[in-house]
Amino acid sequence: MRRPGPGGGLAVLASRVRYEEKRIFAALERREIRYTHLDTRRVTAGLEDGPGNGIEAGSEAGPEGGPFTAALTREISHSRAYYAALLLEGRGVATVNRAEVIAVCGDKLRTSLELRRAGLPTPRTRVALTPEAALEAAEALGFPVVVKPLTGSWGRLAALVRDRAEAQIVMEHRAALPSPQQHIIYLQEYIDKPDRDIRVVVAGDRVVAASYRYSEGWRTNAARDGRSEPCPVTPELGGLALAAAKAVGGGVLGVDLIEGPGGPYVLEVNHTVEFAGLQAAHGDGVDVADAIVSHVLEAV
Amino acid sequence: MTQTCPECEGPVELAEPIRLSEIAQCPDCSSELEVTGVQPVTLALAPEIEEDWGE
Repeated sequence: MRRPGPGGGLAVLASRVRYEEKRIFAALERREIRYTHLDTRRVTAGLEDGPGNGIEAGSEAGPEGGPFTAALTREISHSRAYYAALLLEGRGVATVNRAEVIAVCGDKLRTSLELRRAGLPTPRTRVALTPEAALEAAEALGFPVVVKPLTGSWGRLAALVRDRAEAQIVMEHRAALPSPQQHIIYLQEYIDKPDRDIRVVVAGDRVVAASYRYSEGWRTNAARDGRSEPCPVTPELGGLALAAAKAVGGGVLGVDLIEGPGGPYVLEVNHTVEFAGLQAAHGDGVDVADAIVSHVLEAV
Repeated sequence: MTQTCPECEGPVELAEPIRLSEIAQCPDCSSELEVTGVQPVTLALAPEIEEDWGE
């Protein structure tokens, strides 16, 4: 089989093999790319040089290891994705996405800072460093506000807060959570949008495709099994998605946009993009997994 | 290939090629299952969602 570059093969990191990972494996096999699926739950790595100190993942068949020249991170755990990418990069392995990109995308505040730095439209945002201070931050933004955890996805633990009384209840819950990070409160203005958002998949400097994601609730990104329809990639949407991807460091990314009264906003950028709904919406007209593989081969 | 759900013992159909760490759902009890072995194929309950999981 062909190798993605001189000296070694491609590692695909994933602890859960879902529709997306199966599509990527199939795309790699169609192209006869040599790859190893590494389950991050079994990965160990030595930091020193020498025999047996590579990236390895124990399996039923024994240890699977490198040397790898490239890695594609498809890990669902943000912590494992970030540290796996760090370990790989520490051994000179080119990763898609890079650890720094994973770190930025995995933290909503860091994402917002990069989007702001790039001058891109995002909802007005305030951050409070304690739940108590968040009440004043919410007042300053103006109700309703959306309270989100810094880390997390699928709209999980996000709350739409309509007034100070609701804010007090949400902050009491946040204060009771054991993780100190949950006590950092990230608040955004609520954007009155249609019952949909827009998912744009970007691979390098290419927009692969976009889809509308519909939901009856306000958290359109929470409906993982919700209805998706193809979204035309206008120059405005495509340009905004590419700029957002570039702002966080680039790679294979899922850019989420919402349509506000004054135009589109960038809501977040995802480093391990799920694309089952988008792929189903586009059918045979788009092959997201193949586009991801193409980008990995070009980037490493 | 048809396997048995470790939770309810109902039949679970897996599409070829079956991959290690693949996620499947039992049509009877809706349990989320993980392929923990491929030679032979074995199923176990999939891990619960963790706080840092996501995209």
